[in-house]
Amino acid sequence: MHDVNVVIAGAAGEGIQTIGAIVSKTVLDQGYAVFTWQEYESRIRGGQNSYSIRISDQPHNTPLIEADILLALNAEAVEKYRPLIKENGILISGESSEGSSIRIPFSKVAKDELGKKIYANTVAVGALIGALGIDLKTLQKEIKNRFADKADEILEKNRLAAEKGYEMADEGCRDLCPWNLPKRDGRFYHISGNEAIALGAAYAGCRFIAAYPMTPSTEIITYLAENENLGVFAEQAEDEIAAIGMAIGASYAGTRAMTATAGGGFALMVEHVSLAGMIEVPVVIVVGQRPGPATGLPTRTSQGDLLFVIHAGHGEFHKLVLAASDPLDAFHKTVRAFNLADKYQIPVMLLTDQFLTDSGFSFEEFDIDGEKPATFLADPDAIEDYKRYQLDDSGISPRLYPGQSKHLVGVDSDEHDERGHITEDLVNVALPMAQKRLAKNKKLKKDVMPPQEIALDEADTVLVGWGSARAALLEALDLLKADGINAGVIHFSEMWPLPDYSFPANKKFWTIESNATGQLARLLRSEYNVIFEGRIHRYDGLPLTADFIRTNFNAKRK
Amino acid sequence: MPKENEFENDVASQWCPGCPNFNILDAIKSALVELKKSPDQVCLISGIGQAAKLPHYLQCNFFNGLHGRALPAAIGIHATNPQLTTMVVTGDGDCYGEGGNHFLHALRRNPDITVVVHNNEIYALTKGQASPTTPAGEKRSIQAKGVQIAPLNMPAIAIIHGCGFVARGFAGEPKHLKDLLVAAVRHRGLSYIDVIQPCITWGTRPFSWYKDRVQQLDDDYDTADQSRALEKVMESSEKIPIGVLYQASERKVFGHRFREIVDQRPLPELDPIDAEEIKSLLQGFRSAP
Ligand SMILES: Cc1ncc(C[n+]2csc(CCOP(=O)(O)OP(=O)(O)O)c2C)c(N)n1
Ligand SMILES: [Mg+2]
Repeated sequence: MHDVNVVIAGAAGEGIQTIGAIVSKTVLDQGYAVFTWQEYESRIRGGQNSYSIRISDQPHNTPLIEADILLALNAEAVEKYRPLIKENGILISGESSEGSSIRIPFSKVAKDELGKKIYANTVAVGALIGALGIDLKTLQKEIKNRFADKADEILEKNRLAAEKGYEMADEGCRDLCPWNLPKRDGRFYHISGNEAIALGAAYAGCRFIAAYPMTPSTEIITYLAENENLGVFAEQAEDEIAAIGMAIGASYAGTRAMTATAGGGFALMVEHVSLAGMIEVPVVIVVGQRPGPATGLPTRTSQGDLLFVIHAGHGEFHKLVLAASDPLDAFHKTVRAFNLADKYQIPVMLLTDQFLTDSGFSFEEFDIDGEKPATFLADPDAIEDYKRYQLDDSGISPRLYPGQSKHLVGVDSDEHDERGHITEDLVNVALPMAQKRLAKNKKLKKDVMPPQEIALDEADTVLVGWGSARAALLEALDLLKADGINAGVIHFSEMWPLPDYSFPANKKFWTIESNATGQLARLLRSEYNVIFEGRIHRYDGLPLTADFIRTNFNAKRK
Repeated sequence: MPKENEFENDVASQWCPGCPNFNILDAIKSALVELKKSPDQVCLISGIGQAAKLPHYLQCNFFNGLHGRALPAAIGIHATNPQLTTMVVTGDGDCYGEGGNHFLHALRRNPDITVVVHNNEIYALTKGQASPTTPAGEKRSIQAKGVQIAPLNMPAIAIIHGCGFVARGFAGEPKHLKDLLVAAVRHRGLSYIDVIQPCITWGTRPFSWYKDRVQQLDDDYDTADQSRALEKVMESSEKIPIGVLYQASERKVFGHRFREIVDQRPLPELDPIDAEEIKSLLQGFRSAP
């Protein structure tokens, strides 16, 4: 099938989220994959935002910008988003706007037919489902589920409102709507990056999260706090410094602990990243990227914090930086982050971005098997004289936690001896201790996964990207093929330390990044000496798409 | 040297000889003995400063973290293992300056921990700058013409926010201080002791100045009277009252709701989550069959 793209536009607070959620669940239940993507302003009321639903028979987890159907909830939304409508696309609106294909005065219908304006959005949902050619039954089931705990009257009114909208769209649609989405057998998981990370953390055995609210990472602690049965102690800290401080304290006390923030909050955490490196306490930090500097564009996306995160922390110590490609990968990377933080007793940063965290991706299977949660604590009974920082060629000393046994556990942010006590003995104590910590990198580097190579054999051009750009890069290959270009992809998702890897010979490399200064290119050039033929940078706050990559590639290669 | 008690250790001290900090250290050790704690049941958390070095000088678990950040670490430790006796040992700069915000929010959370602040009205480790408690007008190394801004009255703030145990001790009266510490640890909820600790190296007043002024609260002083306590810590008098300034009937402690669901066990001792539970939550994200 040809993918169908629906864009719902309206002011913040007008209900596009609710409409989007009901429509996408209905489409899913009809047996189709959906990719949902939101683009919104940093405000609670007003502004004009959109919620896009890409519908396909198998998962296509990248946004389409052009709309087959635009549902606009107000006149301003019509003006702002009308240019997105495809040649044969339609506009459904409640306003008497010119050029509207189907005009349904949602509020008036709701008031006249159901007695209350609040049913207007359900009328709109019905209209959209009608225009898409989906059975009304599937929508009615979803409405029944969604309003199950509401009074009977409310449920009934919503059913009627949906039916009314559906009928009106049916009439208006006659010659305009070619779409037909009959019930099919497909079943898909539809999940966002943040939800997957929260579940991955619980699965990994994380029992403590402290965080300070900041888009785009707030949903992680929200999910864990809401799902009390997961047994995760969730605390909203007074600031990001306290958030990571609490997580490190919890981890020292023996549990798996994490925090989650954006670039600005992570900036406040940096001293503690260095502390975790020094006292060798594992901690997982999710950094959701959004455009900076400073507060930047709070609700938009970016890959602009790569070098900042890799270099975060004063002094020299080892850390691991992972970057998730999609929610399934985010789930597994979260487990991996906890395992490797434990194994090497280091801070691990997991990079995401607003696009990954806020979008809903479809998966046919969401297999949680893969890397299993593994712990690396020492056995107190096997130790006679315990030293938290016992020198060892591997750099890894036995880790116990306080109260676990008779053994005392002391840690110190000052340079310290094997028992964790302050030292000023430079030659006999401080230097060997620094060398012990730095020795971890040898094994750690071997644990880091090489980049994923896709279609390299045939390719003369290679698109090099990282993190959440993966799906757009893959889709771009198909588009470029149509333009007569044989391209492949090298995709990085484990960013630091960089693994041992050689770039293939005789190919032209292009970096594709959501930042202005080519941070990945700079990193790879310094580590692998690779030369880039071209660069495509997107830094307008919107995600990389296959179209964007193709257009810019073709414009730049001449 | 025979060990007086099991909290003794032989780590060489970085304090100035004769520093009243030694008395505070002795008081803490004696209090822990009186409380019948063993070293493995105790965790001392500190930031950075001369005061914050104290955890090194006794035998126990310790977390000597970043300047100003002892409280967040202590809260994470306490949330993870409420069975540990968790005590923060900190300075006036560490706790009221760099970490002031954490102190305010600790008052709100009411974790079952004890906070001991060595208040010497100076930044000693960095050689004599003003601290948040230096009286206005007093000279310090950066403030050569005298401190131009007002001092912070943290005990008053703690009382206003209903901290369930607010006390002032004096490093020159270690036995009295030991009694305060015992009561503080026994108190369920946040207990806070501001300890007057004259700095014998950078301080501007002699030890005797303090000795002459401290005065134990009368026996008939009502520690339950919040307004009276506030008056007491705000009154300008020749005398400096020491003792329990305010003790409140016990408030709910930090994490009580979580611990009603999950018992008092340390988090690392809980059973690992069942993969089936994650799989069943994932079904909620799946389309209907
Ligand atoms: C982030 C940071 N800023 C500054 C310092 C330098 N510093 C170390 S201790 C200290 C003040 C300590 O004062 P206080 O807590 O009163 O302890 P005292 O030495 O007086 O016992 C400062 C400013 C530091 N270690 N870390
Ligand atoms: Mg001081």
